Amino acid sequence: MNSLKHKLFFILVVTTGLIWLAATCWIYVGTTREVENVLDSRLQEAARMVLSLASSNDVGSFQKDSIAHADELLTYEHQLSCQIWSLDGRLVARTSGAPDESLSDNRTGFSERTIQGEKWRVFTAEDPAKNVRVLVGDRLGLRKTFVADIMRGLLAPLFLIIPLLAFLIWASLNRGLRPLQTLAEDLRRRNVDDLTPLKTRDIPVEIQPIVSSLNNLFKKVKEAMRHERDITAFAAHELRTPLAGLRTQAQIAMTAPDENIRKTALSQILFAVDRTTRLVRQLLTIARLDSESDAPLKSVNVGDVVEEVIDALPMSDKNADVTIDPVLRNTIVRANRESLLLAIRNLHENAVRHMPQPGTIRWSSETTEDATTVLVEDSGPGIPREELALVTNRFFRGRNRSSLGSGLGLSIADLAVRTSGARLRLRNRDDISGLRAEMVWDIRSPQRPANAAHTSRPYWVRVWLRMSGRSKISEAPCP
Amino acid sequence: MRILVVEDDSVLADGLKVGLGLHGATLDVVASCADGDAALATDEFDAVVLDVMLPDGSGLDLLASLRAKGERIPVLLLTALDEVPDRIKGLDAGADDYLGKPFDLDELAARVRAISRRQQGRASSYVSYNGVTLDVARLTAAVDGNAISLSRREFAILSALMDRPGIVFSKSDLEARLYGWQEEIESNTVEVHVHKLRGKIGRSKIETLRGIGYRMRTASS
Repeated sequence: MNSLKHKLFFILVVTTGLIWLAATCWIYVGTTREVENVLDSRLQEAARMVLSLASSNDVGSFQKDSIAHADELLTYEHQLSCQIWSLDGRLVARTSGAPDESLSDNRTGFSERTIQGEKWRVFTAEDPAKNVRVLVGDRLGLRKTFVADIMRGLLAPLFLIIPLLAFLIWASLNRGLRPLQTLAEDLRRRNVDDLTPLKTRDIPVEIQPIVSSLNNLFKKVKEAMRHERDITAFAAHELRTPLAGLRTQAQIAMTAPDENIRKTALSQILFAVDRTTRLVRQLLTIARLDSESDAPLKSVNVGDVVEEVIDALPMSDKNADVTIDPVLRNTIVRANRESLLLAIRNLHENAVRHMPQPGTIRWSSETTEDATTVLVEDSGPGIPREELALVTNRFFRGRNRSSLGSGLGLSIADLAVRTSGARLRLRNRDDISGLRAEMVWDIRSPQRPANAAHTSRPYWVRVWLRMSGRSKISEAPCP
Repeated sequence: MRILVVEDDSVLADGLKVGLGLHGATLDVVASCADGDAALATDEFDAVVLDVMLPDGSGLDLLASLRAKGERIPVLLLTALDEVPDRIKGLDAGADDYLGKPFDLDELAARVRAISRRQQGRASSYVSYNGVTLDVARLTAAVDGNAISLSRREFAILSALMDRPGIVFSKSDLEARLYGWQEEIESNTVEVHVHKLRGKIGRSKIETLRGIGYRMRTASS
């Protein structure tokens, strides 16, 4: 299992164990050396002591009791053995644990010798004046036992401490990682629709970035979902209201006793059907633009397209006084011709629809080093400042709405302009009341969004929507 | 019954005006929250049919602001959003009823009648007073059990008087009930209708208070 807690626990226990082991080795080495030093100086001390005792008497007068005396002096836990030799090689006395054989061949100082399978460490001191050589030794085996005892004393608590330490590490980890656990639990328990921000109080600094970026994500997804919901709501309104009108008028036509009322109702039905037809056409256009957004760009003469659009307009839309600037005939842009035609038609229709009769519409273009701009100006009421940013939203209908509109015209124009490789800029005219719509082709950066329809929605939002089963809405904004 | 319709779709608004008119109501139609607010401030209505999505804002906000002002007029919300949460939101904002688009015209008329009569404290569509009985749903009237036939205007005057018997209605009160904004009012039309009404239901049923107005005469007087 890939668990942070388990990993940390493992790392902490192993490193602590290793540190303990290293410390134990160090202590072992140090203790061994120290014990040797101490015992060596004890050997030396004892030898000198025996030598000094022996010095006051003649070697020949050594009696058993003096040996017993030495024995008493030196048999500290029977570790030390002592031999007193005359310089001519006669064993004068020895302690009870000492072997008969000489403990050392060495004249003086420290030496080691194996006697009867046992290793001895011996210090030899001699006094030629007294004709005496004193050998004091102890068994190395005993020394090792002594060090082992010390080590055992040190290690025994360690084995008790390690489980305790492990338990403490585990408990501390639990305690330390609790904020993470709480966060995980909070997220796990959450409904997929629950996008309320996580609480940021009492959160450790280390996970603060996670929490705040999660909260950021929640906020963005929430906004995207609200946008999505708004579009659905607008779509529902725009589709159901004409149906309600149709149904009401049909009921009137069926039940009204008066011939005139019936006729009016039927003409209203016709009007509503025409309007709904236009709405359906627009929705299909959006769907097509959404799917056609990666069609190849070609050089297109804008003047030709504008003329084609105006020629194809129905009579009812030809009342305006339309001027086409001759410069348009020389304006060539890189665009998808079909999309450009749609964009121009929608912008032109928008101008015609929102203008009191008689109005003027003027198509022209401006070319600078940076961009080619194709623009259309009308003499209508323009768009209120606060609505300028909203009018390209699907189904948005501003204050200066026409009765036939559905809030899709400018959003189609925007989409079509983007599919044509340009961007749409709307602003009110400075000179007189009216709207100025600009299609801007940037020359420096001729890149085009891969999928103009979806670029407004970041990748992660789409992923989120797909995860939470909203992909249908996200792919088809108009149910 | 005078109803204010706040709906911005021209076909639907026209349909409501004609359709509810056929059900005996007088309608005024406005197309925005601001106009709706202004209409309610200047005129008296029996009920409001309110669209939620309006060009200058949400009908729910208009409704909430009306309720905040203490306006108790019955409101029926008419909207394309008729999922359960939307309906709950609408009712909690102060709506008396909720109808999703598209709807049946007769059902809408019945619901509007229902919310307006509840406002007047009645549970059924029958109004009865001093021997005169009105069926507001079927636009029929009867005096002492005998059915009589009334014109739309006569019915409107009689039902206005019978909604609050004993209360005096001035000539202009009754005119407001009879005519929407666009309709031409003739100067003596209320007198003419009252005269005709008296001929049909009996002279003594409606009392004239000279210079003030009309009211239903109580049984005892």
